[in-house]
Amino acid sequence: MNQKTKAISFSCAVLMAAFMWNAQSHATEVGDKAAPLMLAEVSGPNTFNLNLKKPKSRNLPPAEDGIHDPENEATHSLQHPLEAYKGLPTSEFGNYVDWVKALDQGKLRPRWDRADPNEEPFVMDLDIVRPVKASVPDVVFPHRQHTEWLFCSNCHPAIFKPQRLANQISMSAILLGQKCGVCHGKVSFPVETKTCRKCHSKPKPADWQPPLSEATLKNPWK
Amino acid sequence: MSSKIKRNVLKSMIIGVLAYMGAVGVPQPAQAEYADVVINNYADAAGMRPAVFPHWFHRIRFRCKVCHADLGFAFKAGGNKITMAKIIDGKFCGACHNGEISWSVENCAMCHSGNPGTPTHFHGSTVQRLIAPAYKPLQANDTKK
Ligand code: HEC
Ligand code: HEC
Ligand code: HEC
Ligand code: HEC
Ligand code: HEC
Ligand code: HEC
Repeated sequence: MNQKTKAISFSCAVLMAAFMWNAQSHATEVGDKAAPLMLAEVSGPNTFNLNLKKPKSRNLPPAEDGIHDPENEATHSLQHPLEAYKGLPTSEFGNYVDWVKALDQGKLRPRWDRADPNEEPFVMDLDIVRPVKASVPDVVFPHRQHTEWLFCSNCHPAIFKPQRLANQISMSAILLGQKCGVCHGKVSFPVETKTCRKCHSKPKPADWQPPLSEATLKNPWK
Repeated sequence: MSSKIKRNVLKSMIIGVLAYMGAVGVPQPAQAEYADVVINNYADAAGMRPAVFPHWFHRIRFRCKVCHADLGFAFKAGGNKITMAKIIDGKFCGACHNGEISWSVENCAMCHSGNPGTPTHFHGSTVQRLIAPAYKPLQANDTKK
């Protein structure tokens, strides 16, 4: 097709669509049952992905990200995330940066004190293992990676009592934004399939079996 | 209608719909950087664009502890009730945006850069991405009907 026929067929397409739309609503008005439903009408509610929304692009510049106003001149002076992330270790989620590795590899040195660039963080290396009843690996909470960024008072005692297994934690609480979910899913790495194993990192013993539910044990038709 | 014509009609309908959407502009869901916060308790009402706080930009320069322990920012979008009066007193953003640690407060549009009318929200949070509300288990004390 050359440019001209393309342009004509395009405008025809628009007109045709408008016409079809009219005719269609008219048909329903008079209750025309004979007209078979067209594929477009049937497949509308049956689109392949009803709920899965894939992010179209990552790390957009502020002017294109949908929350900054491109009409605001200063928006165009803000930094493009990809410019800042150049050379940082990457990940598959969140900002698509592995912030823990970035510190460990010395690629970033964020300040621990607002004004003094030389103050060192108060890092504590203590892992807390939380056994999980379900088949997923047990949870290991590492104090080291957390105290690189945070202070004890960010978690203790408001979010967690500082005592092993003294806190009730569940996935539903986390997904509601409580416990680990105060930060994970907001600023620290999100909760999604690709991150389950970051928290669930201690494999179950080889002979581990999921406990059978009461209803199965008592099932009279068994 | 032959099936070929039918297919063409279908094709032109799809093209027509696409042309319509392109022309009118379908609202695109925000694709903002993970952990960007829009703060709009008061800004819109005062005729300013909402403030946008980029976590990614600040965590490259500061650990969470600086803001969330030393400066007392609570872990709640919009929950700190930030106002300009507090900022020029050196609180919240004003602890750094004072011409010493970072550029000063007269650069209104650097912070007030959000799309007018955007509510306070935390971009990309797992809670907001859930298709259905997270399952809320019964607590021991709400078994009463
Ligand atoms: C702990 C200190 C600190 C606090 C608190 C702080 N900022 Fe900043 N901010 C900085 C520094 C440092 C920069 C970089 C300054 C420069 O480029 O010279 C910056 C830059 C920015 C930028 C520009 C980012 C870009 O792309 O160039 C924005 C927007 C911003 N801050 C908004 C805020 C808002 C809104 C608040 C309060 C909710 C806030 N900041 C609180 C230290 C701080
Ligand atoms: C990101 C949140 C977070 C931070 C920051 C944090 N902790 Fe913890 N801490 C936890 C969690 C979670 C547990 C486990 C609680 C449980 O199992 O119920 C814990 C447990 C503890 C325990 C109990 C250990 C035991 O064996 O009983 C102590 C002591 C403790 N933390 C001290 C500290 C100190 C000191 C700091 C600062 C250097 C700190 N924590 C920083 C989340 C945190
Ligand atoms: C106060 C905020 C906060 C809370 C609460 C919190 N985390 Fe974190 N967590 C962080 C930050 C910040 C990091 C650094 C990595 C990042 O930002 O993605 C981190 C990193 C981690 C890492 C290390 C990942 C790695 O790459 O080494 C694990 C594992 C983890 N968190 C598990 C947990 C678990 C389990 C809980 C709940 C018991 C929890 N976190 C609660 C803030 C928090
Ligand atoms: C931020 C850390 C973190 C992430 C990410 C995470 N979990 Fe969990 N998960 C936990 C903690 C903590 C518990 C509670 C363990 C306990 O009982 O002490 C838990 C418990 C569970 C349980 C047991 C049932 C329950 O609700 O207590 C299942 C199943 C589970 N997680 C599955 C998943 C799956 C699937 C993913 C990935 C989508 C995931 N988890 C991601 C921290 C995490
Ligand atoms: C460092 C970032 C920053 C800068 C610079 C800044 N603001 Fe704000 N401003 C905020 C934040 C954050 C809020 C709270 C927004 C909300 O909750 O609606 C706010 C709120 C406001 C409000 C509504 C609340 C109130 O105090 O009445 C007005 C009006 C306002 N700013 C005007 C200005 C003007 C005018 C300037 C320039 C002289 C300016 N701001 C510069 C961050 C900033
Ligand atoms: C420069 C200051 C600054 C730094 C550094 C910073 N934050 Fe924030 N944080 C904020 C501001 C401002 C808000 C929004 C508060 C408001 O709207 O009142 C916020 C909000 C939050 C929230 C609330 C989310 C919700 O549920 O609404 C969490 C969680 C959080 N930050 C975690 C972190 C973590 C984890 C880090 C370190 C990786 C971090 N922040 C680093 C300034 C900072």
